[in-house]
Amino acid sequence: MRRRVLPGLPLSLGITLFYAGLIIALPIGALIFKAASLGPEEYWRIVTSGRALASYRVTVLAALIATVFNLVFGLALAWVLVRYSFPGKRLLDAIVDLPFALPTAVAGIALTTLFASNGWFGSLLAEAGIRVAYTPIGIMIAMAFTSLPFIVRTVQPVLEDLDPALEEAAQSLGGTDGEIFRRVILPLLTPALLAGVSLSFARSLGEFGAIIFIAGNQPFETEITALLVFIRLEEYDYQAAAAIASVLLFTAFLMLAATNILQARALRYTARG
Amino acid sequence: MNAQRKPPRIGDSPAIRRILIAFVLFFGAILVVAPLVVIFTQAFSQGFAAFVANIVHPDTRHAILLTVLTALIAVPLNTAFGVAAAWAITKFDFRGKRALIVLIEIPFSISPIVAGVAYLFVYGLQGLFGPALQSADIKILFALPGIVLASMFVTAPFVARELIPLMQAQGRDLEEAATSLGASGWRTFLSVTLPNIRWALLYGVVLCNARVMGEFGAVSVVSGNIRGQTNTLPLHVELLYHDYNTAGAFAAASILTLLALVTIVAKVLLEKQGAGRASRPALAASTKPAASTEGAKP
Repeated sequence: MRRRVLPGLPLSLGITLFYAGLIIALPIGALIFKAASLGPEEYWRIVTSGRALASYRVTVLAALIATVFNLVFGLALAWVLVRYSFPGKRLLDAIVDLPFALPTAVAGIALTTLFASNGWFGSLLAEAGIRVAYTPIGIMIAMAFTSLPFIVRTVQPVLEDLDPALEEAAQSLGGTDGEIFRRVILPLLTPALLAGVSLSFARSLGEFGAIIFIAGNQPFETEITALLVFIRLEEYDYQAAAAIASVLLFTAFLMLAATNILQARALRYTARG
Repeated sequence: MNAQRKPPRIGDSPAIRRILIAFVLFFGAILVVAPLVVIFTQAFSQGFAAFVANIVHPDTRHAILLTVLTALIAVPLNTAFGVAAAWAITKFDFRGKRALIVLIEIPFSISPIVAGVAYLFVYGLQGLFGPALQSADIKILFALPGIVLASMFVTAPFVARELIPLMQAQGRDLEEAATSLGASGWRTFLSVTLPNIRWALLYGVVLCNARVMGEFGAVSVVSGNIRGQTNTLPLHVELLYHDYNTAGAFAAASILTLLALVTIVAKVLLEKQGAGRASRPALAASTKPAASTEGAKP
């Protein structure tokens, strides 16, 4: 048994518990308390109202599509950054983090300006008959932007650490590039990809700032759940705000659990390999 | 680094290489580079003089001051918390450690709107302490304290997340040696632990600061958006944008964009010093610390 010799446990743990309690646990507890005080029937009525259900559908669908895009784009980006060298690669590697560093409101107005029907990209797409700003596609683009770095940054280190001997062995057995990627490399990347996907999806479900500018915010059409909470607040309907916010909260808890399980699995996987 | 490898690795054929690089650069240009360019183009769309006028406008100046003030309060408090949490979690064994780590990580996965609403139900009139605070005439919501608290919530994990994996990997031997030679706890922390974690600490502080200064959703709920009073810079961007003052909105946004670019440069420089490695490859680096947490249980 290890004997405890280091000082500072009461002070450091005291500060930690006080801060985590006051800043994190207390507000979350207050929100759950407020939502619970509604009673089951009232709560159920609010969270399954037509407008709330429509907002879940809009949010989840857009988050799914944005995540699938980021899965492909993020994997390609990680691959290009790890495997190839080309001019501007280090700049590209650095700029991948921009969505994390750029305030969401700034991203929101920039994307809206680009994709509005008179914007650089919006006007081109309008000629093709595609409207982006103020449609669900706009929501997807904002979500894809804000969650862009997750998959790149979870896959990149695993790809870097991949043992070249595995590929060489597969090559010497006569595998084609496509076969080796699908049957050797992809399975090794899967845990990291899944962890990145769950982070990216969770972020998209909760995103607010980047989306509200580009979404158009039409109830039933382009209204995300986070915005519906905000609207209920502005209407002083605190009960509805609490109930719908609690749905987002529980979804976040579920995603957090999923991410932890996937990361634990990924750890076991990489540790074994 | 990979360029000098002898046998051709898979995906190294010129055609695939070109297609993949083109694909990545194409979408990178649309999603990441174009927004950057459009921010500065719009900010200067009415000329440099108009840009300067927008920046020095009293409301914008006030928003900048409020944002800086918020960061000056929230970031040091958050840093102290992160260091304390990392010290407690990595240097001692106690029950409920796992739960504490999860609790600290929670704000990272919660929608900022939910965070703002949660604070409303603590300090708002319809919340737990609201009525008591009102009768004591203490203003927390729709004022600076609310903005600071909401910012502290959304950034609570930032410093701890960088330090915990790193300090876990470094173990306790050095600190134990220092204290057994008679160094005090503070002395041990300042001259043994701190030099080993300084870059990771700074890394966490830089990311925390960027998020505090840029936070929109949570602050938007608790601030009340009072022009010239409780408008932080991101909220001011929204206000100007909805006023159809596009050049003004983008001028204010360009300051935040500069902050983001400085943050990225700082991040790259700190990563050269080895910072960020402990937290970034969540899948590769944390194998050992996770095992040692398990093994440390009695």
